[in-house]
Amino acid sequence: MVGIEHYLTVSALLLVIGIFGIFLNRKNVIVILMSIELMLLSVNINLVAFSHFLGDLTGQVFTMFVLTVAAAEAAIGLAILVTFFRTRGTIDVEDVNVMKG
Amino acid sequence: MSIADLAFYAFAIMGVSAAVLVVMSRNMVHAVLWLILTFLSSAGLFVLLGAEFVAMLLIIVYVGAVAVLFLFVVMMLDVDFEALKGEVARYMPLALLMGIIILLQLSLGIGAWIEADTARELRQAVTPDPLQIENTRALGLLIYDKYLYLFQIAGLILLVAMIGAIVLTLRERKDVKRQNVLHQMWRDPAEAMELKDVKPGQGL
Repeated sequence: MVGIEHYLTVSALLLVIGIFGIFLNRKNVIVILMSIELMLLSVNINLVAFSHFLGDLTGQVFTMFVLTVAAAEAAIGLAILVTFFRTRGTIDVEDVNVMKG
Repeated sequence: MSIADLAFYAFAIMGVSAAVLVVMSRNMVHAVLWLILTFLSSAGLFVLLGAEFVAMLLIIVYVGAVAVLFLFVVMMLDVDFEALKGEVARYMPLALLMGIIILLQLSLGIGAWIEADTARELRQAVTPDPLQIENTRALGLLIYDKYLYLFQIAGLILLVAMIGAIVLTLRERKDVKRQNVLHQMWRDPAEAMELKDVKPGQGL
C-alpha cells in the first residue's frame, strides 16, 4: 500500500536532484532555471500529497498558486537570459558582473 | 500490489530518473525533453492522488507553456553549450556531497514524521466526497469563494510577468525597414504625384 511517505520520498528526491543540478551546472543558466522548476515541482508534490492524505483541499489551491509563480518566474528568467545573451553573447553565470555584485 | 501501487512506482521511477537526466544531460534540447517527461510523470502522480485538475493544469502550464518556452530559448539562442560544460567533473564531488547530506536530513524528517492529534480538526477546506462533487468543481467552489483575493493576485502576478517579459525582450531594430502606418495614412494623393510635360527629344 502506497502511503504518504512514498510521495514524500519522491518529492525529497526531486528536491535533492534540483539542488544537485544547481551545484553541478554552475555556469549554465538554463539548467539552473530547470533545476529551480524541479524544486518547485517537488513542493507541489508535497502539497498535493498532504492534501490527499489529510483530506484538505487547501493544498491543491496552493499548488495552483505555486504553479502560477513558477510559470511567471520561468518567463521573467528566460527574458532576462535573452537580453543578457544579446548584450554579452554568452549565458555564463560567472560573467554576470555588470553591477559588481 | 494493486494497479494503483504499480502505477505509483512506475510514475515515481520514471519521474526521478528523468529528473536525473535533466541535470546530467549533455544536450540542452534533450534536457528540456526529459523535463517534460518529469512533469508528465508528476501529473500521473497527481491523478493517482485524486487531484485531476492540478494534474491537467501541470500538463497545460508546464508542458504546454514553460517547457516550450525553454525549448524556444535553447533553440533560438546560438549558445555554445559545450563551453559551459567544462567544470562539471570538478563540481561533481561537492554536488554529490551536498545532495547526500540534504537527502539524509530530509529522510530524518520523513522518518520521524507523525500526524498531530488535532490535524484533522484544523483542516481549512475538507475535501468533499468525489462521487458527489468532483475535484474540479470542488476546487472552483473554493477558489472563487474563499480564496478570491489570492486568485486575483495570482492573475496580477501573471500580468506583471507578461509585461515584464515583453518590456525586457522588445527592442527597436535599426537595420529593418518597418511599416509606418501613420505616415501612410497622412499621405496626400495631391502631393504624391506630379505630371511633367516632357518635350520630345529633350528629356527632363
